Amino acid sequence: MTALRILSCGPGVTVQDGGRHGYLRYGVTVAGPMDALAHAVASRAVGNRQDGAALEVSLGGVELTAEDGPLTIAVAGGTFQTTLDDQPLPPVVVVTLEPGAKLRLRAGTAGMWCYLAVAGDLALPAVLGSRATHARTGMGGLDGRMLQAGDRIAVSPSAGAADSGAIVAPLLDRPADIIRVLPGPQQDYFADDQMAAFLAGPWRISPRGDRMACFLEGPVLRHAGGFNIPSDGVAMGAIQVPGEGQPIVLMADRQSTGGYPKIATVIGADLGRLAQARPGTEIAFRAVSHAQAVRALAEQRAFLDAPIPIEPLRRDRFSSEFLLGRNLVSGWIDARQPS
Amino acid sequence: MSDRTAAGPVFLDAGESALVVEFGRSVDPAISDRVLALDAALAAAPPEGLRELVPTYRSLMIHYDPLRLDRARLVDLVEERLAAPSAVPRAGALWTIPCCYAPPHGEDLAEMAALLGMPPESAADLHAAARYRIYMYGFSPGFTYLGGLPEPLAISRRARPRPPHDSKAVLVGGGLSAIASFAMPTGWYVVGRTPERLYAPERASAFLFEPGDSLRFEAIDPATFAALEARADAGEVVARQTPT
Repeated sequence: MTALRILSCGPGVTVQDGGRHGYLRYGVTVAGPMDALAHAVASRAVGNRQDGAALEVSLGGVELTAEDGPLTIAVAGGTFQTTLDDQPLPPVVVVTLEPGAKLRLRAGTAGMWCYLAVAGDLALPAVLGSRATHARTGMGGLDGRMLQAGDRIAVSPSAGAADSGAIVAPLLDRPADIIRVLPGPQQDYFADDQMAAFLAGPWRISPRGDRMACFLEGPVLRHAGGFNIPSDGVAMGAIQVPGEGQPIVLMADRQSTGGYPKIATVIGADLGRLAQARPGTEIAFRAVSHAQAVRALAEQRAFLDAPIPIEPLRRDRFSSEFLLGRNLVSGWIDARQPS
Repeated sequence: MSDRTAAGPVFLDAGESALVVEFGRSVDPAISDRVLALDAALAAAPPEGLRELVPTYRSLMIHYDPLRLDRARLVDLVEERLAAPSAVPRAGALWTIPCCYAPPHGEDLAEMAALLGMPPESAADLHAAARYRIYMYGFSPGFTYLGGLPEPLAISRRARPRPPHDSKAVLVGGGLSAIASFAMPTGWYVVGRTPERLYAPERASAFLFEPGDSLRFEAIDPATFAALEARADAGEVVARQTPT
């Protein structure tokens, strides 16, 4: 059976689909992609469901190949260095991976996460309806863990997979300078001057972050009436302020409930942008209305609902020797023909 | 903060895709009843665009798709459902769940009892004699928060978390009890262990309890624990349910 073989792998590379939904009430973490927009672009570019299972690649990078048949692969997310047999590819791209060819993703100039979607379906069992990996509880993905060198994931390739080419997705070009938030749900645990300090920032992304949370360093925020509240529900993007006054943005691997006051929540359309911000990046928050947040979400949804534009690869990036040697020519000279 | 039990709930946005319906700010069975009544009413006839309902001590978090379910419509719908006479919580079940307080399972029982100034046996007896309310799940799959801890067992959580305990630990801390389905470091005291699996994805019922159910512990000895644990690991449910 056709398969993906992991040749080498940094820490933090996992399988993620749209997330494990429906079990939050039983304490089950949603997981799913850190940057849902990039994950969806990669999945849609190869003709998969936008919440299909794909690889989430961390800064640690990954090197992989196809076995027992070619695979059509899309890469989208941060600006990683992507190479096919050492030849550079655009950072957001669809390519055909022939058996034995090496596709490598390495940390590039920007971004924290990159998504690698395979046309077809990864043959991995669903746990509570999802293949999303949640490593802390050992759920989903491949044996509930991060991927490692030697792993093999069988694939049922889809017929008539997408064309090769560069994916045109300007929405993924998102500098994380201003992150939009909705105040609350516990903004009344903070006096007006503290909310003003929160919005003024600036905040620096701490290196402590992971899939669970993004830690921020900046002005110390004080609570108006203590910081002990009975645990309540936690949405992705919730910005909780623990006792020491440095905010923590709860991300994909957050717990279902939490016990610190949440001063604001990052709007859905900006979650991926924040997730892609590297440690040391300076950001500021801007409060928007519910209607503005919904409009921003609608814009992203509309982009994903339309066909993902793919442009032919520029042949001047490759030597003809390389292309002929790799049987890539048919894959991109006439990029609109199924390979 | 004022108690909002008698008044209507407060609607709080947790981003554009989650609405918190808050009925109060304390841990109180009457507030929890209102949360669970709304939870049941929405689950019985979920509107298009509703994604998930997460009941907690004093609020219900409604995850929804704001492009399919308008926020103002959702608020109206919640108010309608609350006004309907059918908005009562479902009758909770009563569960009896085995618990071994003896060493090595109740590894912090002696320490906690010493801090509370009582013999370990008394602490175990008090813990097993109480009837608990299952308020909510949280923290990790199957982690159950229990109210109704006898007052003499109220003890603060540790200032510094202890090293990881085993899965299925029965915990006491911060005036509450809890059952942990995963091994983890904790600030709570481990007073016992249950052979039951509160999270078993391969079992027909991956989770056993619903928020609003009641629960009591049945003290068992280590030999019984071992026997029941083997049955639970084979997929059997060893907790018993009595309809109330």
